Amino acid sequence: MAKVQLRYVAQARSGDKGNTCDLGLFAKTKEMYEVFKREVTAEKVKAHFEPLVEGEVSRYEVDNVYALKFVLEDALGGGAPSSLRTDNLGKSFGSNLLRLEIEVPDELLTGEHCIKVPPGKT
Amino acid sequence: MKKVRVGAGQGFYGDTIYGALNMAKFGNVQYICFDCLAELTMAILQKDRQKDPSKGYTKDITVTAKQLLPFVKEKGIKLITNAGGINPEGARDEVVRIAKELGIEGIKVGIATGDNIYPILDELQAKGISFADYETGELFTKSKADILFASAYLGAWPIVECLKQGADIVITGRTTDTAQFLAPMIYELDWAEDDWDKLALGVLLGHLMECSGQATGGNFSGDWWNIPDMENIGYPIAEVYEDGRAVITKPDNTGGRVSIDTLKEQFLYEIHNPSHYVTPDVIADFSAARFEEIGKNRVQISGVKGKPKPPTLKAIMGYPNGYMGAGMIGYSWPDALKKAQKVDEIIRKQIELYELQVNDIHTEYIGYNSIHGPLAHPVDEDKLNEVYVRIAVHTNTKEEAVQFGRLFPPLALNGPPFVGGLANLYSVRQLLGLWSVLIPRDEIESRVKINVEEV
Repeated sequence: MAKVQLRYVAQARSGDKGNTCDLGLFAKTKEMYEVFKREVTAEKVKAHFEPLVEGEVSRYEVDNVYALKFVLEDALGGGAPSSLRTDNLGKSFGSNLLRLEIEVPDELLTGEHCIKVPPGKT
Repeated sequence: MKKVRVGAGQGFYGDTIYGALNMAKFGNVQYICFDCLAELTMAILQKDRQKDPSKGYTKDITVTAKQLLPFVKEKGIKLITNAGGINPEGARDEVVRIAKELGIEGIKVGIATGDNIYPILDELQAKGISFADYETGELFTKSKADILFASAYLGAWPIVECLKQGADIVITGRTTDTAQFLAPMIYELDWAEDDWDKLALGVLLGHLMECSGQATGGNFSGDWWNIPDMENIGYPIAEVYEDGRAVITKPDNTGGRVSIDTLKEQFLYEIHNPSHYVTPDVIADFSAARFEEIGKNRVQISGVKGKPKPPTLKAIMGYPNGYMGAGMIGYSWPDALKKAQKVDEIIRKQIELYELQVNDIHTEYIGYNSIHGPLAHPVDEDKLNEVYVRIAVHTNTKEEAVQFGRLFPPLALNGPPFVGGLANLYSVRQLLGLWSVLIPRDEIESRVKINVEEV
């Protein structure tokens, strides 16, 4: 097992809907998706986004594209037209999540399963 | 076999015109559809209309019409847009004006209205319709006088009706982002009002296209460095057949990439629950959708399921929520961050000293945490060449917001050393609150009006 930042093993995209931020997290393979399901729980994501997200975080499993979908409520400082933030649309939330470290079996740290192979791996 | 090719021309108010131009030239499409609206856009358009009642539509429709009306005439490409915003009639008048300017005759322009529910708010309330916010459950305590705009989200059918009446250009107000794209599929392939699976497929295709380049390699978080010719990304095209087959592709001679990887990011964007995506026309279930790469830049989509349309339509209301004042100033190495933090301290003390009324203060350090906010990781401060500090406040009045901006210029002489730049001074923005409600659909749909006229 290796501790790996999601940036090496996941795609992500996020955006706004009112004061809610929607975030998709994508694995390249079914094997990596299984790791995500185990490692990237709604609780962990909620904790990761403290104190940016004030509301609930819910998670949907989207098996057909090996993705987890997170819905983060009360997350954008009141919503785009009310927010004082530079990132008033929550577009950076995806990259914020890519900082999270998860446990990945060594054998999955190859090009097939990764976006970019982490330094020191093949 | 009947088929239709529908292309995306715009993903937001302010998108480039070149995506639509490439679509018209190289897309081999019958329709180009433009999604111009977002919640934020409605607020911007309302502000425009407050200043000038003839406005309230997206101003880039002027450029769109100038560049694309010749293709409507020469190639028979039809245009569908929700650029009408909160003033579809105004947008129509602008398109007609441009057509006359270009000497284009014999084309039909259709508009669909009825999404503006501001005039009937009292009537709806009198009928006992709850305006409780459907996301938070909060009760509606504002009066109509507090509301700046109120728009219901219409679906595809008013657009279909315009097409049936021969419109070459259809302009609407607040239709859903996907409606523009779904309507020509319904019209060309004779989809029934209760063919839920087909409608849901159309909604998914529309959803993949509504953000233009975001489906074809733009904003792509995979191997973005390998996306070809990013300077000239081709916008997505849906090719849909009578038998239900559907392919997403893009125009030849354009950059970007259509692959499962580029499409899947857009697939889950802003839809909340993927197995229950609520639109006015169908509740779509994307959970069994299949993506298959069947050629270069060609992905086949299947397996989408639909459930009957909901009994209500979503509407959003905007209300004034004070003002934002902001200022920005930059500092250079050494100790750039420390100097910027000192400015934050000075400004906060001056707010108290001068008794400025502010409800909220928000500080960001550009080059350090302005985008990642409290999640930004610590940095080696000695390695930072420069840092800008941006401070924004929420005030009740415009004057207070302006006054806040005036705190920044004196810092050039009175603050920490090595000032690098003053920017965004006196930048004042009216803030808007948004309220989302559900309204019985009959109340809205019975008032929808279609008007198609020949230029």
